[in-house]
Amino acid sequence: MEIDKNGFYGDFGGAFIPEMLYHNVNELKENYLQIIESTDFQEEFKDLLKEYVGRPTPLYFAKRLSKKYNTNIFLKREDLNHTGAHKINNTIGQILLAKRMNKKRIIAETGAGQHGVATATVCALMGLDCIVYMGEIDIKRQAPNVARMKMLGAEVRPATSGSKTLKDATNEAIRDWIANPVDTYYLIGSVVGPHPYPDMVARFQSIISEEMKSQLQEKTGRNYPDKIIACVGGGSNAAGAFFHYLDNENVELIAVEADGLGVETGKTAATTQIGTEGIIHGSKTLLMQNSEGQITEPYSISAGLDYPGVGPLHAHLFKSGRGTFLGATDKEALAAAYQLTKLEGIIPALESAHALAALNKIDFKPNENVVVNLSGRGDKDMETYIREMENRD
Amino acid sequence: MKRIENTFQNKRNILNVYITAGYPNLNDTIEIVQKLKKNGVDMVEIGMPFSDPLADGPTIQNSSQIAIKNGITLELIFRQIEEIRKTVSIPIVLMGYYNQVLQYDDTTFFEKAKAVGVDGFIIPDLPLDIYQKQYKSSFENLGLDMIFLITPQTTDERIRLIDNESSGFLYVVSSFAITGSKSDIEQNQIDYFKRINNLNLKNPRLIGFGISDKKTFDKACEYAEGTIIGSAFIKALEKSKNIKETVKSFIVNIKK
Ligand SMILES: Cc1ncc(COP(=O)(O)O)c(C=O)c1O
Repeated sequence: MEIDKNGFYGDFGGAFIPEMLYHNVNELKENYLQIIESTDFQEEFKDLLKEYVGRPTPLYFAKRLSKKYNTNIFLKREDLNHTGAHKINNTIGQILLAKRMNKKRIIAETGAGQHGVATATVCALMGLDCIVYMGEIDIKRQAPNVARMKMLGAEVRPATSGSKTLKDATNEAIRDWIANPVDTYYLIGSVVGPHPYPDMVARFQSIISEEMKSQLQEKTGRNYPDKIIACVGGGSNAAGAFFHYLDNENVELIAVEADGLGVETGKTAATTQIGTEGIIHGSKTLLMQNSEGQITEPYSISAGLDYPGVGPLHAHLFKSGRGTFLGATDKEALAAAYQLTKLEGIIPALESAHALAALNKIDFKPNENVVVNLSGRGDKDMETYIREMENRD
Repeated sequence: MKRIENTFQNKRNILNVYITAGYPNLNDTIEIVQKLKKNGVDMVEIGMPFSDPLADGPTIQNSSQIAIKNGITLELIFRQIEEIRKTVSIPIVLMGYYNQVLQYDDTTFFEKAKAVGVDGFIIPDLPLDIYQKQYKSSFENLGLDMIFLITPQTTDERIRLIDNESSGFLYVVSSFAITGSKSDIEQNQIDYFKRINNLNLKNPRLIGFGISDKKTFDKACEYAEGTIIGSAFIKALEKSKNIKETVKSFIVNIKK
C-alpha cells in the first residue's frame, strides 16, 4: 500500500497548497526519498535512534494484562523513548533532512506539546533555531511542556487565530513558512499535511513495525501478530506500527480514535465516525466540518488526539476497509490508564490509553498475539490523572 | 466578450478591491460593492469566508471569522451577488478555498456562480493539475476565468505553464508573504515584476499583497496592468462608522 506519484493513497492525500508553498513543498518532494534512502542518512539516523533516543524499544509481554483478556498482549514501548513518546522518531528523521537541505530555521506546530518538545530537543541537539506554534488555549492547558520547550531553547509562539488550538497552530506554522520560504524548514508532527509529509513521516515512524518484526519472530516464532492496536490523532504512531504490515492481510490493523464525551454528543475527535471527505492543511482526507466546509472543533480529554482530521493513509484504511476503526471515550481511556498502571506498573500517556481501552471492545481468541502500541508515557498527564482519581473516589 | 477581458482591453491602472462577504455586517456586501463601483473601482474580489484561510493574514482572517459569526453562507453570497448584478456590471471574482467548493459540490458551485454573474475565481489551494483535469474544459464552455497566483519563487517555466493554462489575469503575489504584510515596494520586488514582464505572457497581471495606499498603488501600476487591494481596505472598514464615506475616501485617496 503505497502512495502514487501525486501522493495519493487511493482517493486521499495530494498537495492542496497555495502557490506560495509550491516551491518549498516541491523541493521537499523532489529530494526526500533520495536523501532518506541514502546510506549516509540511514547510518546517522539509525545511530541517533540507538544512542540518543534509546532504541530499539522493548516489545514487552504484558503477563497480567494478557491474563485478564485471556490472550497474548505485547506492549510496544514507545513510552521509553527519549522525551517520552514516538514523536522523536520523526523529529530526528526530519532534522537530519533539514540539515541536508541547508535549512537554518525550524518551525513546528504542537497540540499537547509532545511534538513541540521533540522538535525543540532535536533543534538543541543540532544547534538550529526553533519556533513552535501552539494554540493559545493549549499553552494554558499544557504548561509543563511549554516550560520544557523554553528550557530547550525554543520560542513558543501562541496561535491566536481561529479556535486557538492545534489546527490553528498548524495554520500559523504554514503561514510562517509562506513568509519565510528560503531558510525555513517546516517540521510537521504527524502523517498529515501536503504530500510528501504523510509518506515521509510514516517512513520515519516505520522503525516501530520494523523492530516489531524481529522482536515477534524471536518471541513468538512468527514475524507478525494477529492484531495491532494504536491510537490515532493525526495518525503517526499508528502509521509506524502498521507500516510493515499494511499489505499483510493476516494482520488486523486496529485504529482507535478519541470519542471524547461520546460520538453522539458532538464533543468528539472521532474523525472517521463523524467526518466527511474534504481538504485540511493541504491534504484531501476525512475531516470534521459543517455543510459549508467550515472546519469544526474536535474535543478530547487528550490534547494529542484533539485534531479535526486524520492523515490520508488512515482515511484510505478506513474507506477501503483494510483498517478497523474503533473509538474510546474520555472515561474509557482513563479507566484503561488506571488499569494498566495497576496491572503492569506502567503509566501510559492519555493518547495511548485510548488504544488500551479498545481491549475491552474486541473478542480475542485465547492464543492470539496482540500488539498495543504504547505511544507515550503519562508524565505529561499526571495533573489530569490525579484530578480524575479524586473524582473517582 | 468576457467582462474581465473587456476591462483589461479598455482600462489602465486597474484597481481591484477585495472585500470579505458578510463583513462588517451580514448584508453590507451589497452596499460596499455598489459604492466601490460608484467611486471608480474597476473590479471586485469577493472573499468567501473560511474557517482556515491558509494564505491570509490576520486582517482577513479576522474579518472572515466575524462574517462566519454573522451567519454568512455560500447560498447567501450567491443571493447577494444576484442583487449586486442588478446595478453593477464590473467584473466580480470570487475568492475562497477549495474545501468550500467541494462541500457545495464543485460542478453545482461553478454553474451557480456563473448564473448569478460571477466572472472568475481565485482558489489558492486548488492545484493547477487538478484544474486542468477536472475543470478547465467546463470553464471554457461556461466562459469563466480561473485565476492563479505567481510568487517570487515561481520559476519562469512554471509561470509560462500557469499563464498558458489560466485565463482572465495572473495574480502576482508581490513578496514572500501572506495577505496584509509589508508597506513599501523594494528593488528586489521591482526586479521580479520586470522579470515577469519580460516573459511576454498571454494574460495581463494584477499585483497584490501589500498594496495599501496611493504610493504603492502607483508604483505597482508601473509594472503591471493594475493592483489588488485587500487588507488595507478591510482595515478601513474595521474602523468605519459610515460605509459610504469610508469607501469614498479610501478610493479617492488611492485614485487621486
Ligand atoms: C503519546 C502520544 N500518542 C499519540 C499522539 C497522537 O499523534 P499521532 O496520531 O500522530 O500518533 C500524540 C500526539 O501528541 C502523543 O503525544
